[in-house]
Amino acid sequence: MASNKKYWQSVEELKEGSIVETLSKNEFVEEIPTDEFLGDKETLEASSTSRRDFLKYVGFTTAAASLAACEGPVRKSIPYVVKPNDLTLGVADWYATTMADGYDFANILVKTREGRPILVMPNKEANGVTNARVQASVLSLYDNQLRLKEPQDKEAFLTWDDADKQIITKLNELKAANESVVLLTGTLASPSTEKIISEFVAAFPNVKHVVYDAISESGALDAFEAMFGKRALPTYHFDKAATIVSVGADFLGDWQGGYASSYAAGRKPAEGKMSRHIQIESNMTLTGANADKRVLVKPSEQVFALINLYNAVTGSNVSSKATPIDAEIKKAAKQLKAAGSKGVVVTGLNDKNAQLVAMSINSFLQSEVMDVTTTNNSRKGNDTAVAQVVADIKSGAVKGLITYNVNPLYTLAAAGDIQDKIAGLKLSVALSEQFDETASATAYALPTSHYLESWGDVSIKTGVYSLVQPTIQPLFNSRQFQDVLLKWSGNKTSYYDYLKAFWASDILKGQSWNQALHDGTFTANVSDTVTATSVDVSSAASALVGGTKSSAMELNLYTTIALGDGKQANNPWLQELPDPLTRASWDNYVTMSIPDARELGFSNPVKDNGAINGQYANVTVNGVTVENIPVMIQPGQAKGSIGLALGYGRQQNLKDAMIVGVNAYPLYFNSNHIQTNVTIEKVSGTHKFACTQVQKTIAGRHDILKQATLAEVTDSSLDPKHSWNKPAMVSLNHKETEANSVDLWDAHDRSVGHHFNLSIDLTSCTGCGACVVACHAENNVPVVGKREMRIGRDMHWLRIDRYYSSEIETREEAKAKGLSRGDVYKAIETVAENPTVAFQPMMCQHCNHAPCETVCPVAATSHGRQGQNQMAYNRCVGTRYCANNCPYRVRRFNWFNYSNNKEFDFNMNDEYGKMVLNPDIVVRSRGVMEKCSMCIQMTQATILKAKREGRKIKKDEFATACSSACTTGAMVFGDVNNSEDAITDLVADKRAYHVLDYIGTKPNVVYQVKVKNTNEA
Amino acid sequence: MKSVEKHSQLTRLLLKSFTFLLIFSMSFSLQAQDSVDAERQKEGRKLFKSLCSSCHKLDKKFVGPALGKIEEKRDADWLKAWIKDNAALRASGDADAIAIFDEYKGSPMTAFPQLTDKNIEDILYYTTVGEPKKTTAAGDADATVTVAKEASPWLTRILIAIIVIGILIIASLLKTISELKGAPKTPGLASNVNDLWVGFKRNTFLHVLLTIFLALTTAYVLFGVLFQVGVDEGYQPIQPIAFSHKIHAGDNKIDCQYCHSTAKHSKTSGIPSTNVCMNCHKNISEVAEDTKVTIGEQVLGKAELDKEIQKLYKAAGWDADNLTYTGKTQPVKWVRVHNLPDFAYFNHSQHVTVGGQKCQTCHGPVETMDEVYQFSPLTMGWCIDCHKETKVDLKGNAYYTKIHEELAKKYGVKSVTVAQLGGLECGKCHY
Repeated sequence: MASNKKYWQSVEELKEGSIVETLSKNEFVEEIPTDEFLGDKETLEASSTSRRDFLKYVGFTTAAASLAACEGPVRKSIPYVVKPNDLTLGVADWYATTMADGYDFANILVKTREGRPILVMPNKEANGVTNARVQASVLSLYDNQLRLKEPQDKEAFLTWDDADKQIITKLNELKAANESVVLLTGTLASPSTEKIISEFVAAFPNVKHVVYDAISESGALDAFEAMFGKRALPTYHFDKAATIVSVGADFLGDWQGGYASSYAAGRKPAEGKMSRHIQIESNMTLTGANADKRVLVKPSEQVFALINLYNAVTGSNVSSKATPIDAEIKKAAKQLKAAGSKGVVVTGLNDKNAQLVAMSINSFLQSEVMDVTTTNNSRKGNDTAVAQVVADIKSGAVKGLITYNVNPLYTLAAAGDIQDKIAGLKLSVALSEQFDETASATAYALPTSHYLESWGDVSIKTGVYSLVQPTIQPLFNSRQFQDVLLKWSGNKTSYYDYLKAFWASDILKGQSWNQALHDGTFTANVSDTVTATSVDVSSAASALVGGTKSSAMELNLYTTIALGDGKQANNPWLQELPDPLTRASWDNYVTMSIPDARELGFSNPVKDNGAINGQYANVTVNGVTVENIPVMIQPGQAKGSIGLALGYGRQQNLKDAMIVGVNAYPLYFNSNHIQTNVTIEKVSGTHKFACTQVQKTIAGRHDILKQATLAEVTDSSLDPKHSWNKPAMVSLNHKETEANSVDLWDAHDRSVGHHFNLSIDLTSCTGCGACVVACHAENNVPVVGKREMRIGRDMHWLRIDRYYSSEIETREEAKAKGLSRGDVYKAIETVAENPTVAFQPMMCQHCNHAPCETVCPVAATSHGRQGQNQMAYNRCVGTRYCANNCPYRVRRFNWFNYSNNKEFDFNMNDEYGKMVLNPDIVVRSRGVMEKCSMCIQMTQATILKAKREGRKIKKDEFATACSSACTTGAMVFGDVNNSEDAITDLVADKRAYHVLDYIGTKPNVVYQVKVKNTNEA
Repeated sequence: MKSVEKHSQLTRLLLKSFTFLLIFSMSFSLQAQDSVDAERQKEGRKLFKSLCSSCHKLDKKFVGPALGKIEEKRDADWLKAWIKDNAALRASGDADAIAIFDEYKGSPMTAFPQLTDKNIEDILYYTTVGEPKKTTAAGDADATVTVAKEASPWLTRILIAIIVIGILIIASLLKTISELKGAPKTPGLASNVNDLWVGFKRNTFLHVLLTIFLALTTAYVLFGVLFQVGVDEGYQPIQPIAFSHKIHAGDNKIDCQYCHSTAKHSKTSGIPSTNVCMNCHKNISEVAEDTKVTIGEQVLGKAELDKEIQKLYKAAGWDADNLTYTGKTQPVKWVRVHNLPDFAYFNHSQHVTVGGQKCQTCHGPVETMDEVYQFSPLTMGWCIDCHKETKVDLKGNAYYTKIHEELAKKYGVKSVTVAQLGGLECGKCHY
């Protein structure tokens, strides 16, 4: 039963009499920062300015300010000399393009205003999927700090012509001497670029092209090549799956590009089809958090678990080791076999043999989930070739290095070995967007354009071609990589012409270029068949077993949904995005299991303002130590293992505030996520986390979340209102009545015009955070920085709450069972080692009977006829009564001016960074409340468009930033007065419920009960 | 805006009759001086302006040669043949025609076979006699410019009168009282005032009354003053180019949205880009003879205004002598007249396209303004007043059909106001 679950958000809460309990009773955690306003006491006393003087100054400045205010500033308006034809000032243009930065690949739509890209959204017509990084990439375009602006060598800036001349001369010298040059790029997945590279290699036969992925999938590529004769990754159609078993593959995160949308498509309880997902892992990942069953193993045991699964499914008897979870594996194998061709096994182990075993299970099952013809091209890196390059640079066999779109001096575990060798090369060129570690070390640093400034093509999946088109003129003196190579190869064509000609001859074959450019993608009729070669699985498996060593403590490296491989580390939106699981921002940390932490003496005390502290640890792997990593206790971390995120700790040319966390890449030996032989040493010092875990708590009202099982939901004999989706009841005239039907207030008349509702399906929400960044971008939400985040002054209008729960019965039931109070807590704690997780996006609920509206002394917040709870910032005087009275904790107070303030040196304090601001939304000033507006600017724009065109609103035409960004379909927005809109059915769905309905707020946001498939048969 | 003082009826009458006499005598004298067939001149001018003026001017070389007094240089028949079909004339081997063609680097002139001989004669007549002489009448247009409305001064005046009378009454009462008490009758004004002052100083009631009065007055005045802070009604900045809306929108009746073309599509009305100006000004390099533009105290005549057009050419990078763009541009930095605060969202297309409002509703009689000023206060009260009063005409807009029908029924009215449609909700303009 849903209501019997005990929910908690932090390990601290499990302790009796913990501060979290006190905090949750404190309606408003934040205290008025008087000390900050007045400065410290000593200085005050030492000051010669008396209170009287102070008042005089205040009086004078107020008078002066109001006098000055009488005369408004003179504002200039400068029109174009010749206005471009396709641009209407004040009206947004949308372009279909594609992001491909070597790590994230997505078909997207870009919103531009007055020639500036300001928002990225998924191109849903082209199956575009955006994650938080893709959404935030538009801000990286305006990164005035990190972006490389001019071509330069070690001494001075160069012109492009000079740089070309010098480099071509050197290339020719190297060619004449037949000395080896390496062109090191990230995954390109671009047919035309690959052709250009092959032409470049033809012109300079001494050049060797090596592909390097910072986060490697080389094992899977090697395995696929061995089995199917093509270096690519299979595509997984999780929407077709009945049973999914994942051994350490975080496929809802970044594994092989991420599969969140197809996974969510296969989990629709309403349609009666819902996959059963079993996750076997060590770290608590996003995928594990969403799984129906999560099984904990140590990293090295993942290998044995995989082989045992292979044995159990195929009935073979490959030698392995017994693991503590063999019973679970037998169950999983049974379910896989039952699912047959609808079963699939994936593994995140970056090892050829492990991947061979996983793919063999799929082949054995004849899985239709694993698609080997439409392959996935988003990873191409080759670990062996990269290792060879490193060795050759060290030995001096390589004389020249050209890098593009990679930062090996940051991402290579062996970066330290080649750091000094780079300068000694005869030719070293970094073609890079960013003035990163590598570009600072090479002899030449040449700026390449951001993808929003470039032409290009990408083939993310075989047979589907996407175009990249520029949405802005290059901001700096940059040039595209392709143009550079064409020039160096002696080809005088511009890349744009080259691309068009290439597409006409090789891809479009008579189809329209303009149509393809408009759509963003083009699907060619490619029938690429692969033939499976039989591989010797047993020898692969035994090689795998032989190569696996266990140790007392093991490390599982991972990537976060915010920073990924660390390419966008200077992006404040991403730094401020709380991790979906730990809820910490601006940091990476060692995640440690509860028993290990107890044993090693780590804890996360909560301060009285809701901030969390931690202690430091030195982590040593194979003799390499990363020092002073803060430790975060993570429920669901396998005992004997720790997790650590890659992508943090970058330093070179980052803004000071953005230099956070530690660099874990030095521990990423052999590009293997799993490292054994780990020692942890506790060191002194207190770390201050910026963690929102116990902030914005909802006064212990954890029935805000409702969960049910698939069996309950599909059982037609159950009445949801009396079983798994019980509404709150109150006593009216001595009769049990639904709380919703009792009201102090008169209802609003909602029959006329639009009435907006937002539906959030907790089953489909994976907690990926794309909506949070989209909300940031659309609504000019300020970034507040680590210090403010720590003390609960984050400005996120939309947050994703994460709840842990365990199947413990209520205290009454525990008593009935004869458990003592201590036993209950003990039971909770045991379960806490592997809790189930639920995500709940939480934003203003736009209550029809809003508690905030009644307490505002100046009527700054009021109710609109269309259902929105409106906030007039310029009317707000900042009493914060509304935030105090909000049961959902969704109102945010502007403590400071976040724009043009050097204390908050993020995008709003930067002339380039400000270009991303949405001109339709005001930038709020200090001293006012703000909150989700249900994107009223978007609904108003939709209405105005229809009015101008003199037509009715089309079906599902209304959208908000979060609902547009959501690619799993969890968020649906619409007009409930329009029966055609999808929202109308969702609001009436049997899974629909309003959060905290017994308060009687009647929200306009409706949630759908989270469903888990607990069917073990 | 400089207000023009109203003349008394009599002076105005005198002024008008004087003007009338002046016009009459001038036109009479003109008539006497030169006998021009005004009818033919007018006809010729009309044809010239519509057909020829894009390439020819009377007094100077333009795309084609200057045509002033062309009849003196060329034979009339030759001219007729050339105008009707110059290509045929050249083909016939006419030496003059070929010479002209070569002189203008082989850019051919449009043929006008539709023109009758009479038409051509009229045009030629116009080129010979030139522009009709205009009578410069000092019109009293200036006097008719409405002065921005002020708050009625009557209330204040009555108040002051009452107070003064009150003080006088009290003074005389005090005096009478003191006389009755037996004080010696003090003759002279000085002692009277002195008595009044002494009496006032002793009377606490009067002190209290005065204090209350002063406090109320101060509050009233302060409220009035503070309410005007940030309200820039009448704001009339000097623009970098003395662009006159009166000449463009008033005299020449150019549609507002020809230049402010985004008003119908977008939230901004858009200041026209320089290329829009050049659509016309490529051919109009100078103003008409007696054009006058008044900016503040300054009256700009032809000499000054022609220089203003040169400023435009400089901005657009237009070489007026060689009729080419140089590519060296310099965007014009106009001064914004209407400044809404950032926290208020206003959309022109909602009002212009959907609401069908005239530009003048908010911007005032722009077509009479030489230098644009802010006509409306642009305060929230002003917006709301209009939203409360304006009935919405939604015929033919499918978006509104259902909503309007339902709302009209709900409120029991025939046509609803903007306010009834939800136009007073905070969130509609503040986000």
